[in-house]
Amino acid sequence: MIFIGERINTGFKDIKQAVMDKNPKPLQDWARKQTKAGATYLDVNLGAVSSNPADHCWMIETVQEAVDTLICVDSNKVKILAEALKVCKKPPLINSTTAADEKLEPIMALAAEHNASIIGVVMDETGAPKNADKRVENAGKILAKAMELGIEPDRVFLDPIVMPLKYMQEQAGQILEATRQFGLFSDPPPHITCGLSNISNGTKNKSLINRIFLTMAINCGMDSAICDVTDRKLVNAAKTAELVMNREIYADAYLSM
Amino acid sequence: MSMPDVKEKWTNTINTVTIGATKEQGGTRGRTVTIGGETTLPFLTFEGEIPNRPVVAGIIGDVVPDRWPEMLRKAIGDVINSPTEWAQKLVEEDKVDLISLKLLGADPNGANRSPADCAKTVKAVLEAVDVPLIFWGCDDLEKDNAVLQECSQAARGENCLIGSATEDNYRTLGAIGTADKHKLIAEAPVDINIGKQVNILLQDAGFKLEDVVMCQSTAALGYGFDYVYTIFERVRIAGLKGDKLMALPQIANCGEEVWKVKEAVAGEDILPGWGAIEKRGVNWESATAAGYLQASADIVTLAHPKSIAVIRETIDELMK
Repeated sequence: MIFIGERINTGFKDIKQAVMDKNPKPLQDWARKQTKAGATYLDVNLGAVSSNPADHCWMIETVQEAVDTLICVDSNKVKILAEALKVCKKPPLINSTTAADEKLEPIMALAAEHNASIIGVVMDETGAPKNADKRVENAGKILAKAMELGIEPDRVFLDPIVMPLKYMQEQAGQILEATRQFGLFSDPPPHITCGLSNISNGTKNKSLINRIFLTMAINCGMDSAICDVTDRKLVNAAKTAELVMNREIYADAYLSM
Repeated sequence: MSMPDVKEKWTNTINTVTIGATKEQGGTRGRTVTIGGETTLPFLTFEGEIPNRPVVAGIIGDVVPDRWPEMLRKAIGDVINSPTEWAQKLVEEDKVDLISLKLLGADPNGANRSPADCAKTVKAVLEAVDVPLIFWGCDDLEKDNAVLQECSQAARGENCLIGSATEDNYRTLGAIGTADKHKLIAEAPVDINIGKQVNILLQDAGFKLEDVVMCQSTAALGYGFDYVYTIFERVRIAGLKGDKLMALPQIANCGEEVWKVKEAVAGEDILPGWGAIEKRGVNWESATAAGYLQASADIVTLAHPKSIAVIRETIDELMK
């Protein structure tokens, strides 16, 4: 399972304040904490705090001072990505492009240039799809573009766009169906990830809903999630689901890894 | 129309492990042996990198293995009575890459040699030859803890490969390996889940997996060989697919197992129609080892000089 730690994001008050004050400590604390919890990538998101690429670079460099975990550069702005990718010490993951040409063309080119992996969110000019078929169509477009630029499927993370269960209950089934079909694109298939916490948005049982949804998505082929990696129950459920799917070899101490 | 490229693409590399230390590295070896580093399955050089060829370890004992058949003892010659001369013959005449010393004499039900005596043997073998050394206990848990600790200290700095850490002794072995800077064999009883578990335990105990060679136990041909073969293969495939806990080089202790089974040791009087023991024993050992090489063994241990020659030639051919 490829866990992408969601916490270094200015959507969280402590990170927002830290970025405004250029205070490295909260970022580095979360970098260490999420790394210890088993994150493969650390998502770094500047959000709406600033549109200055230098601020995003500062966040990444601050994180890299504390840990050598891979960076997931979270921005859909070409101008910011172009600068932020340069300061990543190891091949990063770009979060993200969509299937809309104005994003897909330049951002996929950046991924190719920087030897980066890339998350492709399966929305296009018309917005987020409401059914599985449109999600699959957009995913196909993203994957085709990647292959055209020599980016192998194992560097592509397709994101079926998770919708809140509470407000769009009929979407969950469509998302899972799309996930299942993403797995048929290639052999080996592309990675499949999602912004997990969307599913529990506005609910009172966030941890439980996240955990159940991720487990079900893993059954459909999902092998990554942008999530709260410090949620031990979530991580343990995902690891167990991977065993059930026979993707990992069982060992008594599997939860300690 | 061009043919589609059907080569497997693996995402991970098997760990590289170096055994032995030269003077510059704090030991006294004339050369070191490096195994692992593969990015593909055995001998598929068209598909990925195999930077280090599999190696042959020649088996010696601190005492003469009393179960071995007369034909094997004869083939080895009088040197079998002296671990140092035996090791020298293996290196000089049979051209083995490293020596695998089984401290059989420590067995409380056998010669019951003391840890200090075993350590003397280890030291003497290290002085007699300049290739890297693997040494194994006598398979008695309590005795091995004492024996391996003393031998490890005697070989300090020589970067030996010590067998073996199991679920029962991983803490002791991990501490020994760390203290005296040796590599460890992690052993599991024909069980891939326990194989993974031992690696996790060693890692949790603070021993680096980069210093570990896995042993899935070894079965001679006809005695569960196919089970162990598939475990070797599954370990390697999992490792190449990205499971860091399985991306370790592997050792098959062929010689130790083969010379216990009747097909390799019983004469024609007991197995009529099975052919001359001289040929059969060597074939049994060579076929077992050749199988494990295909299953992804990085080290095979062998006892008979002729099997050593056959397997060295096999590796040469397959690595061409």
